[in-house]
Amino acid sequence: MSNPIEQFKIKPLVPLHIGSVDVSFTNSALFMAVAFVLITAFLTLSVRGRALVPGRWQSLAEVMYEFVAGMIRDNVGKEGRKYFPFIFSLFMFVLFGNLLGMIPYTFTFTSHIIVTFALASVVFIGVTVIGFARHGTHYLRMFFPHGAPLATALILVPIELISYLSRPLSLGVRLFANMTVGHIILKVVAGFIAAFIASMGVLGILPSILPAAFLGGITVLEFGIALLQAYVFTILSCIYLHDAIHMH
Amino acid sequence: MEAQAAKYLGAGLAAIGMIGSGIGVGNIWSSLIATVGRNPAAKSNVELYGWIGFAVTEAIALFALVVALMVLFG
Repeated sequence: MSNPIEQFKIKPLVPLHIGSVDVSFTNSALFMAVAFVLITAFLTLSVRGRALVPGRWQSLAEVMYEFVAGMIRDNVGKEGRKYFPFIFSLFMFVLFGNLLGMIPYTFTFTSHIIVTFALASVVFIGVTVIGFARHGTHYLRMFFPHGAPLATALILVPIELISYLSRPLSLGVRLFANMTVGHIILKVVAGFIAAFIASMGVLGILPSILPAAFLGGITVLEFGIALLQAYVFTILSCIYLHDAIHMH
Repeated sequence: MEAQAAKYLGAGLAAIGMIGSGIGVGNIWSSLIATVGRNPAAKSNVELYGWIGFAVTEAIALFALVVALMVLFG
């Protein structure tokens, strides 16, 4: 059975070095570019007709737009409107990254912690900058809940500070871990079936229908997880944005 | 003890952290089912929070798994 971690290996496609820094065009970069091209093509081509009564493709694009717009309306409020382009790009990029990875023999760029952590850091830094820009030093009140006795500040402030600083970590690791673990499980179960058939010969094909059906079930679950994690990543970004704008 | 054996033991110990997440996810679904059973009209309101809670709680198990993988391969 081949190594289940092997599928996450980054291979340079076009080796490129600037000084001692390795900036090769890798398979990870290739799939990010593919996701970007697919999103752009999908969104521009589907609304090109600008029909009043949308067709199949146009309504798909409109559903995506409405979905994210509703998410921002419900979780951030009116002030969130101007951050819509960013949140929508974030959602589409993560969603396409997750779904592209479900196609066999492709590479899942969201299964690398550096990619998800970079996305989460952009959200975290952006939200912190917005918070300080809107509230000034008053934003530091975030770390001390309203109405708490002043004497508890010694305990509460470090706790709130740690929970605030761990946001990009948990946001990034959640997406990374979900995608990585899902792909490892698929590979391990599929590897068991392949090893069973290899050891039993033709006799092994019939009994392996059951684990194959199980594998199909997991694949469906993984598609659900791919959608759900893109959703969770976006909604948590919205909640952090809400915290920065309205301060609890 | 050999270093390799200690690695496997450590990975196994790290996986214990999944217990908490299992209890948590079970709790979420049980309270969701109880809520919908008592008030079926609330289903569309609480279902979303159920999924978010599930994803957030499940991540704890995955943190434990990441630690186990780091012990094994790191």
